[in-house]
Amino acid sequence: MRAARNRSARKAVVIAAIASLGAGLLAGCADDGNDEDGTSSGDSSGKTTITLGLFGTMGFKEAGLYEEYEKLNPDINVEETVTERNENYYPALVNHLTTESGLQDIQAIEVGNIAEVVETQADKFVDMAKVEGVQPSSWLDWKWKQGVTKDGQAVGLGTDIGPMAICYRKDLFEKAGLPTDRDEVGALWAGDWKKFVEAGEKYKKGAGKDTYFMDSPGGLINAILSSEEEKFYDSSGEVIYKTNPAVKAAFDLTAEAAEKGLVQAQTQFQPAWEQTISNNLFATVACPPWMIGTIKGKSQPEAAGKWDVAVAPKSGNWGGSFLGVPKSGKNVKEAQKLVAWLTAPEQQAKLFAVQGSFPSAPAAYKLPQVTDAKNEMTGAAPIGDIFAKAAEAIPAQVIGPKDQIIQQGLTDNGVILVTQGKSPEEAWENATKTIDNNLEK
Amino acid sequence: MTTRHDTAAPPAKGGAAPGRPPGDAVSPEAARKRARLSRRWQRDMRWSPYAFVAPFFVFFAAFGLFPLIYTGWASLHTVELTAPTDMAWTGLDNYTRIFDDDFFWNAAKNTLTIGIISTVPQLMMAMGLAHILNYKLRGSTFYRVIMLAPYATSIAAAALVFVLLFGRDYGMINWVLDSVGLGKVDWQNDKWASQFAVSSIVIWRWTGYNALIYLAAMQAIPQDLYESAALDGASRWRQFLHVTLPALRPTILFTVVVSTIGASQLFGEPLLFDANKGASGGSQHQFQTLGLYLYEQGWVNQHLGRASAIAWTMFLILIVIGLVNYVISRRLRASS
Repeated sequence: MRAARNRSARKAVVIAAIASLGAGLLAGCADDGNDEDGTSSGDSSGKTTITLGLFGTMGFKEAGLYEEYEKLNPDINVEETVTERNENYYPALVNHLTTESGLQDIQAIEVGNIAEVVETQADKFVDMAKVEGVQPSSWLDWKWKQGVTKDGQAVGLGTDIGPMAICYRKDLFEKAGLPTDRDEVGALWAGDWKKFVEAGEKYKKGAGKDTYFMDSPGGLINAILSSEEEKFYDSSGEVIYKTNPAVKAAFDLTAEAAEKGLVQAQTQFQPAWEQTISNNLFATVACPPWMIGTIKGKSQPEAAGKWDVAVAPKSGNWGGSFLGVPKSGKNVKEAQKLVAWLTAPEQQAKLFAVQGSFPSAPAAYKLPQVTDAKNEMTGAAPIGDIFAKAAEAIPAQVIGPKDQIIQQGLTDNGVILVTQGKSPEEAWENATKTIDNNLEK
Repeated sequence: MTTRHDTAAPPAKGGAAPGRPPGDAVSPEAARKRARLSRRWQRDMRWSPYAFVAPFFVFFAAFGLFPLIYTGWASLHTVELTAPTDMAWTGLDNYTRIFDDDFFWNAAKNTLTIGIISTVPQLMMAMGLAHILNYKLRGSTFYRVIMLAPYATSIAAAALVFVLLFGRDYGMINWVLDSVGLGKVDWQNDKWASQFAVSSIVIWRWTGYNALIYLAAMQAIPQDLYESAALDGASRWRQFLHVTLPALRPTILFTVVVSTIGASQLFGEPLLFDANKGASGGSQHQFQTLGLYLYEQGWVNQHLGRASAIAWTMFLILIVIGLVNYVISRRLRASS
């Protein structure tokens, strides 16, 4: 009896073991959506294929730029591989760069990572400054400098930028008893973020509890910090975020706005935050041109035309990218030509017309695609001119390799806690402790 | 893979063919031929098995053993993801640092608590489910397939649905709680609520899988045990306690070990549950597990040396857990 039981028990264990092994094998076989595919240069028709590695929706393809380039250069064929999120794209890019394998002919770099790439990976890229027709003066000065090493090697050429304005809801402003004309609105807070928060208090008095003045603490602290010349690093490359009074001031002002209930307890780009757009729950958002696209995508149809764009208290930049050419590519020369063409002012203007990515080349601001730009969300607002003015007022900010990690710490492990009822001091401590641990090698 | 040891014995002294009784009239050529054949046959018998198992070990060495050792080597250095070949020797610094790393211990605590509140109910529910399915039911195959459905869905898809359910402002669960007057729960930011929510994803996913393993073991219990227990007047509950459970002991042990290992490596669910789409496991790291912390140090913060040390520490913790399991199971076996 007992032997029999033991045997059956053993059998059961064997079955169980096989089941779990099988499960493991199945899991091993599961395809996890690899978004790399082999690149080949030169196909049967003798064309040279240039590949781009991009993230998000950069829009070159959507704007028809590849087709146009292929028409101009009949022996070239352009292809792209796109990774949805930069959080996934960038670590893979670093891996590919350090091993010099798996790279495309052209790789995009987000502005949040450009400092680290310039500092640590410049030797893996060709110098774009030496390419025929590339003039540093074609770009906004600060944009050009972000992609250049200390000894003048241009690791990447700028594609777009994100000059910030404030998008606001005219109807909600009216209900709260605030002006609705964009010049008057801009005058409410011109030159000082403190005035912006004061305008928020006025709004709250008039609007009551149904809506918030601003979308999120993260959006506010990001807008304030982006308008500073120095935030997390000083010009010698030292981390100064804890001792820089500008950072603490931005943190405290945002915490104050959170304590007073002027910002929603939301994290940007989360589903719940997107829902608050469609439910018209906030009146203002810090707004680069691409944010209008986000608003448009998440709004109900009847929100069209209810937004307007005012000048921000101080200009800052949020977002933008660069294109670089890795040395190890098969078609370096052709890739450089394509990058120079894609980042030229005419192409940047076309991209803005289709995609809303704002040009980093000032020459484009005179082109009709920018000067005549309108958006159905913002009605008659001359957004091209508003953002062009903002772009020219952006300070030449010192950026550092770990800006993104510090910024995320201040936002997601910092000011958001104030909206959950923690004190600003607790939030600051939690943020700095997290950031310091994240920076420590 | 069994080998015939008797035939694969080493050849007799001198390495020649096995000694043959003299006087056997064989031409020397034929003898040589036979000797050569038998030598080849012996070599074949002796070395072939190794050739057959070699592929696995070659792959294991390349993709299992080498990374393991290299990770150990990297953990003794300061090394960044941006330059993986630039290693600066630091000795055991990365390990001693772990002892006063609040974030590591916070992650260890969270791993333990999430592990307990996900594994214990999961295995109990699995046992109950298996017991019910062990009776004659109509459409039992259908139920068994249904139970495996959560396991077959991808973690990412499941976690995203759960994130929507557990949403603070627009989640269905809070909507229900609110409508019955209990008020909303901040599932993402409250420590215990968030750990419960993460555990619920794990429970949902693995209960059916464990139930099927229990069911397979239950089917192997001889029916006459139940019959004689029933004759003795044992109720169904008593039968379960005194027949089913003792017979399932090794299976339970197996599921406990596997679930423990799974719980200590928990990663996907908390990663996707984080509202910030990061690896910090909530704004105050309230549901950051060890797996998540390892990932954050290595891939988000790019500190490969620190991440390697965390990985090895986790590995050692797992070995300790395995040993404890082994000792307990020996005790159990001895007592039965």
